[in-house]
Amino acid sequence: MTESTYRIQGATGEWEVVIGLEVHAQVTSNAKLFSGAATAFGAEPNTQVSLVDAAMPGMLPVPNRECIRQAVRTGMAIDAQINKWSRFDRKNYFYADLPQGYQISQLYHPIVGEGQIEIVLDEKNPEASTKVIGVERIHVEQDAGKLMHDQHPTSSYVDLNRSGVALMEIVSKPDMRSPAEAGAYLSKLRTILRYVGSCDGNMDQGSMRADVNVSVRRPGEAFGTRTETKNVNSVRFVMAVVEHEANRQVDVLEAGGKIVQETRLYDPDRNETRSMRSKEDAHDYRYFPDPDLLPLELDDAFLEECRQSLPELPDAKRARYVNDLGLSAYNATTLTADADTARWFEALLAQGARIQKKSEGEVAKASANWLLSELYGALNRLGKSLDESPVGPEEGAELLALVADGTISGTIAKQVFEIMLETGARAPAIVEEKGLKQTSDTGAIEAAVAKVLADNADKVAQYKGGKEALFGFFVGQTMKAMQGKANPQVVNELVKKGLAG
Amino acid sequence: MPSALSLSKGCTFLQEGLGFDRLSPNGVRILTDLTDLTVAEIRNGFRGGDFSAREVAEAFNANVTAAKALNAFIVETPEKALEAADAADKAKAAGDSLGALAGVPIGMKDLFCTQGVQTTAASHMLEGFVPTYESTVSGKLWAAGAGMLGKLNLDQFAMGSSNETSYYGNVISPWRRAKTDGGRGDNAALAPGGSSGGSSSAIAARLCPAATGTDTGGSIRQPAAFTGISGIKPTYGRCSRWGIVAFASSLDQAGPMARTVRDNAILLEVMSGFDPKDSTSLDLPVPQWEANLSSDLKGKTVGIPKEYRPDGLNAEISALWDRGIEWLKDAGAQVVEVSLPHTKYALPTYYIIAPAEASSNLARYDGVRYGQRDLPDGAGLQDMYAATRAAGFGPEVKRRIMIGTYVLSAGFYDAYYTQAQKVRALIARDFELAFEKCDLLLTPTAPSASFALGEKQADPLAMYLNDVFTVPASLVGLPAMAIPGGLDSAGLPIGLQVIGKALDEQTVLNASLAIEERAGFTARPDKWW
Repeated sequence: MTESTYRIQGATGEWEVVIGLEVHAQVTSNAKLFSGAATAFGAEPNTQVSLVDAAMPGMLPVPNRECIRQAVRTGMAIDAQINKWSRFDRKNYFYADLPQGYQISQLYHPIVGEGQIEIVLDEKNPEASTKVIGVERIHVEQDAGKLMHDQHPTSSYVDLNRSGVALMEIVSKPDMRSPAEAGAYLSKLRTILRYVGSCDGNMDQGSMRADVNVSVRRPGEAFGTRTETKNVNSVRFVMAVVEHEANRQVDVLEAGGKIVQETRLYDPDRNETRSMRSKEDAHDYRYFPDPDLLPLELDDAFLEECRQSLPELPDAKRARYVNDLGLSAYNATTLTADADTARWFEALLAQGARIQKKSEGEVAKASANWLLSELYGALNRLGKSLDESPVGPEEGAELLALVADGTISGTIAKQVFEIMLETGARAPAIVEEKGLKQTSDTGAIEAAVAKVLADNADKVAQYKGGKEALFGFFVGQTMKAMQGKANPQVVNELVKKGLAG
Repeated sequence: MPSALSLSKGCTFLQEGLGFDRLSPNGVRILTDLTDLTVAEIRNGFRGGDFSAREVAEAFNANVTAAKALNAFIVETPEKALEAADAADKAKAAGDSLGALAGVPIGMKDLFCTQGVQTTAASHMLEGFVPTYESTVSGKLWAAGAGMLGKLNLDQFAMGSSNETSYYGNVISPWRRAKTDGGRGDNAALAPGGSSGGSSSAIAARLCPAATGTDTGGSIRQPAAFTGISGIKPTYGRCSRWGIVAFASSLDQAGPMARTVRDNAILLEVMSGFDPKDSTSLDLPVPQWEANLSSDLKGKTVGIPKEYRPDGLNAEISALWDRGIEWLKDAGAQVVEVSLPHTKYALPTYYIIAPAEASSNLARYDGVRYGQRDLPDGAGLQDMYAATRAAGFGPEVKRRIMIGTYVLSAGFYDAYYTQAQKVRALIARDFELAFEKCDLLLTPTAPSASFALGEKQADPLAMYLNDVFTVPASLVGLPAMAIPGGLDSAGLPIGLQVIGKALDEQTVLNASLAIEERAGFTARPDKWW
């Protein structure tokens, strides 16, 4: 556990920032929270709308079991209390994107209670820089539709495709103290949601967005008045909002002003927040229990199924990578930060172990290094993501196996990998076809060494005179002469021998 | 009026004690008017070949057409009634199996969404709204072979007790005050009760043998009492609410209205049943209520709640109640006094909870997607809402939306809504305790007989008091039935209410049958329309 030392240096002294996040995460489900309508992203307007979503007269909501299940699994993944009895409330307000005139949500009795998320503040040193952020609650609620203002000169259009889509609102405690902590929390939460499979975490598609609550105070004093910046849709923007909003508040306070409790909007183009509405003109939502729905009661069998279906979660996975696979804390953190990466890595391990007939632990380090440096480097260059990688885990494992059994050197492996990326051919075939198999034929290497030493008699003399750094030169020249195909260890030995001779 | 003449020999309906107008010289009864038949008689007569379904539909269609003065229908659908009748006749001719209501035309309260037929909830707000879907309950009725005579008028959004809040005008009761000691003998138009006033008026006037109603605080039972017919509100959750325009979700419940207990049992069996589209629907099998009808009440104990006899209770109502007690004793029941101590809080509790839910349920009528839209020049969204809702809703609906909005608002929520829910729990507890001592309760249905239209319209509180005896069972979701008991001194029907334990509609129906048999209520309004 680390104490944040992030401070804003105001004209009158230091200020501490206090941050809480309310994250809206769209539940991964084929159907909406209370209707059977589909939830596909990017569909034509008003094609994913049932009679219930359009709030036609006499239509009634029926809870979708899968949405409830995903919320419960998410709660379990953050070690939260699962409330076996919860209830839906109506939040009443008028807006054209809200057909019912109310949103069905859970104010009084949320489905998930207190939980926690551990964040890593310094990825280079993950062990020594963790902090636990409390989660206050998770509740499920309906999303609203969308107004389209650009379709007609004088009218707005309404698209109800999102109307009724299930959201989880994940409310943190005000436990974060810096933009970095807020960013780390949001990233970690997204990682967990993706592991669990309860939300795809695609912030650019609006599947996940955050309301950022910020206040400032003198270190150690009581909480200040907070503002809430709505619908921030990237980790970077959340950090920018915290930074901007904290500084704005400090400026206001130091100028003798007061912070007004209000809702603000973030403008990414100008990197600033501006007031949307203050507490005084806030809606009176007239929350009350939805009389169309019975309380939600979860039985033990349902909870057990939710628990059994949870995958290994990032923290547990990271610990296993360090303890059982012998990976560095840094590599383990990087590999587990994203469910897809971890899945890819584990497929690579499994294939490697199979091909090399070794344990996963024995192939782990080389696999991790290759994935994080060679593969990531290549994908970066190509502008592709892991799931678009032209080389799959099995192909990667074949390549690594060739290095491990001494068939090719690491240097040749890089060339082979390039060819794999370009042509899609597999490593054994490339090595075979291009004759890249490295040689341990001491006769050939000895001959090469002898020629290098003979051609560079002056350098040999210098070496013998004490300039030992030239050793690498001889090795390099020999390798070059062997077109990279010589076993480096053998080359080392023979160069040493030659120089000693 | 065309009358279907048909000769019938020993047909099944004769055994059910129906009196027909005259005997033919050879002793065969001559049926003069099919519209005098009950649902059971139509069903049985049709099956027995005494008449065709088309003859029945035509007879009722004719009565509907001739009764415009009652204003019972918002939309008439004679073609639908004929279509169902022809299908029934065809099925019968082909020897196909017949639905429980094959050959029976009915009226549909215009709160039920009907596919392809305008559904308005008697509000300007929904004028011209034609659903693309069929409510679960109406769908079940059509599937059982019933035909639709039309959409029945009601109080706007089912809010009212006299049918005076309909945008489509008052429904008028077929009953008039007689020139007797108690009656002024005037021709004042009387209230058919509400909110299911179109249903009650149409049944009493023989425009349909039965109709659907909905009951939120008495909207089936009070109009039944006002018009001398019977109607049952089943246990909350028996009938799906899917496709019924919502008033107050935790209270709304559909039920049948008809002239006999048996007819109610027949319809209720068809209307009930689990619906996965309504989360509050009961996932239980539907009992065979009709087959198990019995007016033998031996072994049953009837509770008489003393709080239902306040000082100043109408003497004729009080006397009828006493007669009712004697009838149930005569049927074999024990009678005990019970106490429902929180009864006096039921009405105020209801008038917090029902408007609270209504204020939210009616938020969807905003002019954006369907129904009325009032868009003044240059209006923004808020202006459109205000104009649409101002023009679309009638005064009583507005009053309840405002009450409901107020009781849910910040700072008042606990004092009103939360408190009302607590009282509701106490009222439920009252019934639980009472039902430890008895199997059913007998009370009056309404505190008075029908009143003249306009008489109470200016005083909402006086109007709300009409529901004083019906509201408690609604708050607790209990089955309750209204049954006619006799006429008052003005010649107007007054009735009794039987309240049962949750899910025990059978006992409610049976006790009502015992009353029906003993009350011998055969009075019917003289035709003036």
